[in-house]
Amino acid sequence: MTNSQPRRVTTDVAIVGTGIAGFAAAVFCLDRGIGAVQFGHAGALAYTTGYFDLLGYDRGRPIEDPWAALAELGAKWPGHPLARLPRETIERAIGRFTEAIGELGIAYVPPGATNVRALLPTGLAKSTSSIPATMAAGAAALAAKRRAVILDFVGMVGFSAREFVTNFAVDWPGLTSARVGFPDLDDGAEAYPEVMARALEVRATRERLAERIRAVVGSAECVGLPAILGVHAPDRIHAAMEELVGSPIFEIPTMPPAVPGLRLRELLEQAMPARGLTLVSQHKVAHAELRPDGIELAYRDNFGDVVVEAATAILATGRFLSGGLAAERTGVRETLFSLPVEQPAARADWHRDDWFDPRGHPINRAGIVVDEEFRPLDGAGAPVHRRLFAAGAILAGQDWVRQRCGAGLAIATALRAVEGVARTLGR
Amino acid sequence: MTHDHDTDVLIIGGGVTGCGILRDLALRGIRGILIDKGDLNSGASGGNHGLLHSGGRYAAGDTETAAECRIEGAILKRMAPRAIDDCGGLFVAVEGDDAGFAERFGERCAAAGIDCAPLSVDDARRLEPAISERAFAAYAVPDASVDPFRLTIEQVADARRLADGVFLPHTELVGFDIVGGRILAAHCRNTKTGEARILRARQFVNAAGAWSMAVARLAGCDDVHVVYSKGTLVIANTRLTRRVVNRLRPSGDGDILVPGGTVSLLGTTSETIAGLDVVRPTPEEVDRNIEEGAALIPALAHTRFIRAFAGVRPLILPAGGIGDDGRKASRGFTLFDHLDQGLENFATIAGGKLTTFRLMAERTGDLVAARLGNREPCRTAVEPLPALERSSWTEPGHSARVWIAAKNPADNILCECEMVPKSTVDAVLEEAPGAEPQMPLRAIGVRSRIGKGTCQGAFCSIRVTSHLYDRGTYSGREGLATMRDFLAERYKGTRPVLWGAQMPQAELAETLHCGLSGLDLIDDHGEDGEP
Repeated sequence: MTNSQPRRVTTDVAIVGTGIAGFAAAVFCLDRGIGAVQFGHAGALAYTTGYFDLLGYDRGRPIEDPWAALAELGAKWPGHPLARLPRETIERAIGRFTEAIGELGIAYVPPGATNVRALLPTGLAKSTSSIPATMAAGAAALAAKRRAVILDFVGMVGFSAREFVTNFAVDWPGLTSARVGFPDLDDGAEAYPEVMARALEVRATRERLAERIRAVVGSAECVGLPAILGVHAPDRIHAAMEELVGSPIFEIPTMPPAVPGLRLRELLEQAMPARGLTLVSQHKVAHAELRPDGIELAYRDNFGDVVVEAATAILATGRFLSGGLAAERTGVRETLFSLPVEQPAARADWHRDDWFDPRGHPINRAGIVVDEEFRPLDGAGAPVHRRLFAAGAILAGQDWVRQRCGAGLAIATALRAVEGVARTLGR
Repeated sequence: MTHDHDTDVLIIGGGVTGCGILRDLALRGIRGILIDKGDLNSGASGGNHGLLHSGGRYAAGDTETAAECRIEGAILKRMAPRAIDDCGGLFVAVEGDDAGFAERFGERCAAAGIDCAPLSVDDARRLEPAISERAFAAYAVPDASVDPFRLTIEQVADARRLADGVFLPHTELVGFDIVGGRILAAHCRNTKTGEARILRARQFVNAAGAWSMAVARLAGCDDVHVVYSKGTLVIANTRLTRRVVNRLRPSGDGDILVPGGTVSLLGTTSETIAGLDVVRPTPEEVDRNIEEGAALIPALAHTRFIRAFAGVRPLILPAGGIGDDGRKASRGFTLFDHLDQGLENFATIAGGKLTTFRLMAERTGDLVAARLGNREPCRTAVEPLPALERSSWTEPGHSARVWIAAKNPADNILCECEMVPKSTVDAVLEEAPGAEPQMPLRAIGVRSRIGKGTCQGAFCSIRVTSHLYDRGTYSGREGLATMRDFLAERYKGTRPVLWGAQMPQAELAETLHCGLSGLDLIDDHGEDGEP
């Protein structure tokens, strides 16, 4: 049952991808009054720890001053997208995006001059740039070696307070652990962070949990727990819990499906359309075509085919996990426009022998090569289309997982792409 | 056993043969200690198809080995039925294969006594619809598949029950004390802790497989010559056929598909290698298997593969050499009594196949028992291997069945791909053969289904490690180090099959292991506190 005549929609820009890069691009477009239609199903966003990395590591060694490291990045990583952007653009991009997220409802400690050591669930620290307010007291407690009690929960699999405390023992001696039963989820059956987080949005559950936490605080100065303090309005729930417990509280990221990523996804999916974004999050782009005067993207919804005629487009589809790149036995391809992908010569060269080789795997650096405007290039080194831009993890020349530069890469290149869009549109 | 000795017999090599010898001797009332520098099945016993040969594969060129396989296969089906899926097998020729070879196959099998029935191609494709429509000849043979991990674990468990037999993992042989033509003691080193240990025994048996030449040399014997033949296999994530399907032609790459529970194993390449330092499957070998395999089973061209692995066939070198193709070497085995090397209490068993391990253990057991003055006959062909509940954890679905029957919601599932709950991990830690304090994740994986599902340990490694810290198994950084080691090991197998749907998995795994867990950081900035 298909409407034979597709509905046609026009827009200034089509943003393909609903990860951090896509949503950052949407924020920057709305800031400039650029009309945007955004596509994607935001799957991978749910895998984030919540930390916004800028540039955290160099071959496994932590970076204290990310700005100094960025200034030297081009020498070690020629063509790294972050090495091609001025500090001012990167600073402005991350500053504005964290501010916008805060306005929408999740407060972040803005990036500073140096990286902070944030907490990982294994009991290790990681060097990152900007952390959610609900996690801030943890980094501060580590820095000051405050006495903290770390909680885990009956039935919660994959997070062990003992593991956390044991592995931090050398670095942070004042830690103790305690196990708490979450109200009504304490019979031992698997307790999921998302279910706990939604339950804590109810005042009565918070009061009951706070009572149980108070019973184990002892002489600790602060309380750490896995990230479960609400999906919506976590800052309010965090503050309420601190008041009920009577101690500073900090969250620790957990393995997916985890709450910090879920928060960002639900927040952006709900708040951005209210600010004027057209978000197509339920339907996959079925067809994309580069036209002389713009880009056409087609999809099908319950009422039939829809064609979006976009004056410009930003490709922010991510890598393999998000479907922006596809790996075949014979090579890597870009999935939407069949753009050329810079990649190692043969599959045998994609990966190193050791999974944990600090140099990272060559395949991680594969991706789309862009010009100074962040427009994808064809095989001959010319822009594929003057109205097509790319941002985020799909870009060649970086290794965001190992370098811990994912958010910085996504947000800063999104700003650069939006600036290109604005110029093209004459804004 | 007198107080001068730690044990009657020290067996070196925890593969299926060493474990078989431990049990063979135990059935004669002889106590043994089995050591391995790695863990159970670290070598060829863990790096093969899990094929219980009917003998058909060798019928064309080696009637003796073919007949040995036939006899031993039949015995094992009676003695260890729970470790064996008696699924049957087909030999199928496809366009381009040698028609003469196909035609002679029936009579070659008959010469080795193998029960081989010609089939019409239509019948073969009715039995196995995955077979190519380009097939032109087919035979049915009594091939079967076997779980080699279960075989080894159950043999060690039974030897413990019968005669207090012991398996010591991570125990590497470094030298022998030899006085007057007798070995008095073996000097060993714990490969985890570096701790030295001396083990005294009356008899010493070398069942070290690919390492048997090196072990023999430590005893001053230069009569063992082994050729290392590397073979790479790849695992498809579904069971494509009910039966074993062999290509009906002289052995080559990608010519056999063996079902293993819910998956299929495709193999095998063959390449003679000089040493044992780096044995890992490569993308190129995987591609060769798939391209050849797809001629027989076309679905292999677009099947999802979850891992590859490589093993080393330890082949006994015949006089005159074999050139580059290890397939031409005999699959027979040799028992060396080393008398002509001037030693009276040392034996080496080398060569052979998974299918013939019992016979190899019998021959070795006969020699060792005679040397000890023990007159008990071998009983492994008449005494079924007890199927112990606690060694069933390697069987797909076993943990899940036990878990569902127990109806205990507090027994949380740790590995979601293979449905392995906490109680299984606890049982492995408490009672599996070779269980040890601070048991590494890899050792738990060998004894259960942990890490064997679609995610190849990406998620369950985190969940199991947390559980192990929780129950106090780990009390320092060694828990993270063992997780890292486990994942690095799984990666050797996933690396050559990283394309298609496996690539997003790998990307997610990297964000989990590095981004979330920080495992790539633990060695580098002085935080790996445990000495």
